[in-house]
Amino acid sequence: MAAVLAPPRPVRRVGGTGGTPVALLLLGTVIAVLALVPLLHVVQYAVTVDPAVAREQLFRPRMAMLLRNTIGLTMASVALGIVISVACAWLVVRTDLPGRKLWHVLLTAPLAVPAFVNGVGWISVTRAVEGFAGATLVVTLSYFPFIYLPVCAALRGLDPVHEEIAATAGLGRVQTFTRVVLPQLRPAILGGSLLVALHMFSEFGALKTLRFPTFTTAIYDQFNSTFNGPAAHLSASVLVLLCLAVLMLELRLRGRRRYARTSSGTPRGQRRSQLGRLRLPALLVPGTVVALALGVPGWSLVRWMVVGSSTGTGLDGLLPTAVTTVAYAGLGALVAVMLALPVAVLAVRHASLSSTVVERSTYTANALPGIVIALALVTVTLALAPGLYQTAIVLVAAYLIMFLSRAVVSVRASLEQAPPVLEQVAKSLGSGNLATTLRVTVPIVLPGIGAGAALVFIAICTELTATLLLAPTGTETLATEFWALSGGLEYGAAAPFALLMVLLSMPAVYLLSRSSGRTT
Amino acid sequence: MSDQTCVLDVRKLTRSFGPVWALDGVDLTVADGQVVAVLGPSGCGKTTLLRIIAGFLPGDSGSVDLAGRTVFADGRSRVPTKARNVGYVPQEGALFPHLDVAANITFGLPRAERRRADIGGLLEILDLDPSLATRAPHELSGGQQQRVAVARALARKPSLLLLDEPFSSLDASLRESTGRAVVQAVRATGAAALLVTHDQDEALSLADVVSVMSAGRVLQTAPPLEVYTRPATPFVATFVGSGTVLKATVAAGMATTAIGTFPVSAAVTPRDGEAPVFVRPEQVVIDPDGPVRGTITGLDFFGHEACVHVAVPGHDDVLSRVRGDQLPATGDEVRLSVRGAATAFGDER
Repeated sequence: MAAVLAPPRPVRRVGGTGGTPVALLLLGTVIAVLALVPLLHVVQYAVTVDPAVAREQLFRPRMAMLLRNTIGLTMASVALGIVISVACAWLVVRTDLPGRKLWHVLLTAPLAVPAFVNGVGWISVTRAVEGFAGATLVVTLSYFPFIYLPVCAALRGLDPVHEEIAATAGLGRVQTFTRVVLPQLRPAILGGSLLVALHMFSEFGALKTLRFPTFTTAIYDQFNSTFNGPAAHLSASVLVLLCLAVLMLELRLRGRRRYARTSSGTPRGQRRSQLGRLRLPALLVPGTVVALALGVPGWSLVRWMVVGSSTGTGLDGLLPTAVTTVAYAGLGALVAVMLALPVAVLAVRHASLSSTVVERSTYTANALPGIVIALALVTVTLALAPGLYQTAIVLVAAYLIMFLSRAVVSVRASLEQAPPVLEQVAKSLGSGNLATTLRVTVPIVLPGIGAGAALVFIAICTELTATLLLAPTGTETLATEFWALSGGLEYGAAAPFALLMVLLSMPAVYLLSRSSGRTT
Repeated sequence: MSDQTCVLDVRKLTRSFGPVWALDGVDLTVADGQVVAVLGPSGCGKTTLLRIIAGFLPGDSGSVDLAGRTVFADGRSRVPTKARNVGYVPQEGALFPHLDVAANITFGLPRAERRRADIGGLLEILDLDPSLATRAPHELSGGQQQRVAVARALARKPSLLLLDEPFSSLDASLRESTGRAVVQAVRATGAAALLVTHDQDEALSLADVVSVMSAGRVLQTAPPLEVYTRPATPFVATFVGSGTVLKATVAAGMATTAIGTFPVSAAVTPRDGEAPVFVRPEQVVIDPDGPVRGTITGLDFFGHEACVHVAVPGHDDVLSRVRGDQLPATGDEVRLSVRGAATAFGDER
């Protein structure tokens, strides 16, 4: 029992030699500084800005409107996302709903459709989705799987003994759900809601399409009209503050309570609730969600394809754009994994305060909207190395800052699967240093590195905001080309680009749905 | 036994999982205020029995009456778990991780009663400090968690408390004190309890009545002393404590065996003829004047005492208990005698 109650121990090095290698720590520090550039820039700007300018910019009715829109959209989306996710997850995981496995994949699939493609898909069907209500609906449909997936995993992990005790304590089905199940889903719901909130803060394409201005779309407009003006920067500062606020709020709500299982025995298999007469009507719940989240953009896409091919819009532009996109994504993924390795090795094999700081630094950009990162890189480049402005180097740097954390998480997890004791065993069996690395460590770590690279690759393929701001003149990616064509209402020509992005995203989504869909 | 004071009455209960009979016609009663232990090796069906009583699982046939109400009969649950008024304490306590100790204990009470509940009193009955009420489950030790789980089950004043191996996850030192505290609490609240366990010490020391189960059947139901001194079958004899089963020729209340001739006792007068009899190791004494000669083949040393394995003509493993400071050596030639009466079993195997 003591082992269960003890807090998770930091990974301890067994029989290591001396402290952290200095070269590794230096490399890690350089990577951390790169990752911190956007945050440092925003803080530096906010500290040094002329208070009069700040006051003039901040206390305008437009700022109040943006704040109201951004917070209102975020709260509404999180609320709607929770309702959709908990209802669908319960039906899929804990009832005898027909076709549960298929529904699980379909409810994860919206992640494969970039939100701006979803937005364009909806607006080409009906203009009614413009404004607050429509924007909330469409953007929530794009991001609710971030809540749905952890809630599914949490539901699967619940120990049915608690529900049995609730039954012996005289509770019915509904009471058991609200008093026993729901409270234990809280961490999963909070974690997912945090992700949804951060995505709401950074969403650009979909909200621009749906004509619902928030800080992110405003920063883009301000940047395009006044370039490097204080308006964009001050908006960015406010946006960063909002991000920090939700991070704090999530920590606060999560509290210090632990939700680990209090028992250590093997949980019994869960019983599924019998829906009985409601078994078929219940299909309407996931059915409606999937129809709205996948059906509408899917139908639009198919319609555009048909129109596009009938009007003879060629695919001439597709191939070179795809090649450019894959080149950027491939390069970005490769470099991200190379930078993630030293960070992960530091965190796993040389746990210390400094290595924790390095690792956590790479996560900060995760909470920063892409538009803020792009804005910071433009300013910093112009100030320090104007020659680099509008080059591929800056764009790749932005990708790295945005997506490095995904690579670090994957690589770190795989390194933890290869504890030093395995290497020591190999050495005790007569294997040399190099042979040990090649025969033991690399084979164990490689799948994680591959997964990390794939995640970064896909994220870059569908990235829109930073690419619009930073891409060298004349460089088009799938996302920017789709954006340009659909902005000109050339949906037929835009469709193949959207389709390609969806196809590219599918493997990652499949992996996600599998990892939380594993049956126990 | 449709007696007023009968809290639990299980009759001819069966349950199979595929080809395996987890319960093969089980009869069991618990009287008001009684603590009954169901003792058996793992896989004997005792947990299945408890889960059917709780209503987590339906049986195949037979019936279960709780406090005079038939809750299960004819393969169908008549009363759902929530209305059976049983308290349930699973193996690891399973406190709700999102609630503190007080909220765990009052979990099953109607909302209005939760604030007025005597949490301190319940904690004290279980030998816990009332200041624990505001702690979270993960801040408690294993033994404390288990006691809080019992308090939670008792708070609703159930007619029957179901304890599913509640002490098996605790270390030996805690097991005894926790077990004693729990049984005292059960007695203090006047509840009846059904304790399912594979630990013979636990069953013998805590229960008023012990039911020994094996392979889905109840072999013997009796007070602890009787189960130990007059086991009904060879299985009960060797599962509840250790000992030696001997082939014997019984005539006029005396058994003639490989280690001598001595009286037999049994619940019913033993019939004359060939039958197995049973002696405890403490009855078999190394005695220079004993009638039988044997060779020591092995020793199990426990510090204060040891169990000696002796081979004699006609039996190659007779167990004898000796004091730890009087150890013979393996290979020694010794003589044995038997004190007291051996146990003859009934007709069943």
